[in-house]
Amino acid sequence: MTVYLLRRLIQAAGVVLAMSVIVFIGVYAIGDPVEILISPDADQFERERAIRAFGLDRPLWQQYFTFLGRALQGDLGRSFVFNEPALKLILQRMPATLELAVGATVVALIIGVPLGLYAGLKPESPVSKGVMAASILGFSLPTFWVGLMLILVFAVQLGWLPSTGRGETVEVLGMRWSFLTADGLAHMVMPAVNLSLFKISLVIRLTRAGVRETMLMDFVKFARAKGLSPRRVIAVHVLKNIMIPVVTVVGLEFGGTIAFSVVTESIFAWPGMGKLIIDSINVLDRPVIVAYLMIIVLMFIVINLVVDLTYSVLDPRVRLEAKGA
Amino acid sequence: MSTTTAPSAAQAAPTPPAPPRVETPFQRFVSEFAASRLALAGLAVFTTIVLIAVLAPWIAPQNPYDLAQLDIMDSRLEPGSVGGAGFTHWLGTDDQGRDMLSGIMYGLRISLIVGAGSAVIACMVGASLGMLAAYAGGRTDSAIMRLVDLQLSFPAILAALMILAVLGKGVLNVVIALVLVEWAYYARTVRGTALVERRREYIEAAQCLALPTRRVIFRHLLPNCLPPLIVVGTMQVARAIALEATLSFLGLGVPITEPSLGLLIANGYEYMLSGKYWISFYPGIALLVTIVSINLVGDHLRDVLNPRLKR
Repeated sequence: MTVYLLRRLIQAAGVVLAMSVIVFIGVYAIGDPVEILISPDADQFERERAIRAFGLDRPLWQQYFTFLGRALQGDLGRSFVFNEPALKLILQRMPATLELAVGATVVALIIGVPLGLYAGLKPESPVSKGVMAASILGFSLPTFWVGLMLILVFAVQLGWLPSTGRGETVEVLGMRWSFLTADGLAHMVMPAVNLSLFKISLVIRLTRAGVRETMLMDFVKFARAKGLSPRRVIAVHVLKNIMIPVVTVVGLEFGGTIAFSVVTESIFAWPGMGKLIIDSINVLDRPVIVAYLMIIVLMFIVINLVVDLTYSVLDPRVRLEAKGA
Repeated sequence: MSTTTAPSAAQAAPTPPAPPRVETPFQRFVSEFAASRLALAGLAVFTTIVLIAVLAPWIAPQNPYDLAQLDIMDSRLEPGSVGGAGFTHWLGTDDQGRDMLSGIMYGLRISLIVGAGSAVIACMVGASLGMLAAYAGGRTDSAIMRLVDLQLSFPAILAALMILAVLGKGVLNVVIALVLVEWAYYARTVRGTALVERRREYIEAAQCLALPTRRVIFRHLLPNCLPPLIVVGTMQVARAIALEATLSFLGLGVPITEPSLGLLIANGYEYMLSGKYWISFYPGIALLVTIVSINLVGDHLRDVLNPRLKR
């Protein structure tokens, strides 16, 4: 297990390094930040001072190594626009994004697992067919458009829910959270539901497929033959087994959710990392773009690692293989 | 009437020894595909959409890009109202007095071109690399698949966003971004099939004939890897259209001069809060219908073309 973990960590570090090169070159090699940063009226002297101040006069590879060296010390550069450390800017907004992504995941599980369970247990009932048809729609719907429609119906016409912002926040552990206040929760409902649409469909399909497969297994027959109540068979024996693929995929999707929150945050003006990156792209605030990407890469690698480990805890077969290998 | 006569004719037919009807694979495919009414409906809807997009300059009530035809007095008219030009705006007008119905017809063109174009190019790139990986094996295989894994570990939206952040707006840039995001799906699919197929006898036979490698790959291996490729391709067209719309909505996709459906939706965003829903609503419906119809076709294609489900 330790060897496996170590090998995975080294692989992960390699990927981070490779991505840092790609990202850095991609973002810095194209376009001229000087044009954006310095007003056209500035004289030659001012321009050169600014170029030196941002280190833009040195060769690209030197800029990269400076970047890498600093990055290892947790310094990912300063935002050209806010004149604040890029890392700090992003970390400040991370709670908002995480909160939204976790909210969406919870919504997806709460809605998706029961519906999928029902559709799997009674595949021929009209309700199940309706659920499955709706799940196809969930995959097909352009999420950003659904977000707009949610605003139209619930904010503009019915006036039930606020359409933009995070609402009231509470500071816990030095970070601001919305989900602890009623106002914040109200602000969170629409973005979280919007972000979870795709996941709900995914969870429904996974759960249904898992249930249909597991119900035919011998251990379910034995559990039934032992005289366990159907409820217990489903809740303990079936659900525990289908949670393996569900947890894996939802976990893997967590990164995707954070990435897709770029769209949701833009629609609902949710002040998270996603909105920051869109704003930064529009003004070509490169340190923020690079820092955001590096954080996302790190996040993805951590998520993949955690999912793998969770998987091995949930499924004893994986552990045995790892030992055997 | 005709239904009652048909069986009697069929009963009369067997008297002369009719040659056994041989169904070509294509005929069998068509009849299996036609078995699902939902998929047929999807295909019909999608064909209609393509026709609308192709014929837009002739059937749209207005050319939405011709500024001479636009009247600012007609801006933000409700659906069904009659504008200054004298015709009814069935789906209303946007903030520049542009007829939404015409805008959607022209927008469909851009969305479909970008979606289908990027899917075709990505398919060619991905399929070639995937087959190369499967055929060559060894280092080539692992190098290509590493790249695929890296690509797939990033959500499409994020990768496309970054590519566009670097390249800037534009129809061509969107296509490039979509190709870079999508090729990996094709490569992975093709490699999986090709790995199985290349061990078959007919490949061995072709190799024994000392045919050039390129010929073995493209004339013998490729046709047999097509079915899963077609399924993935269909789904990816829908995905590409949705992704393009999303990117354009975020303001990173097509330029304002070539509005796709996503950009039309984005234009209506600010008017939504004042209850002028139609500017965003109808382009969204058009987008939705397009994507759903493609997915219906693709979903059924998967069932028809899946050899594991074959009797």
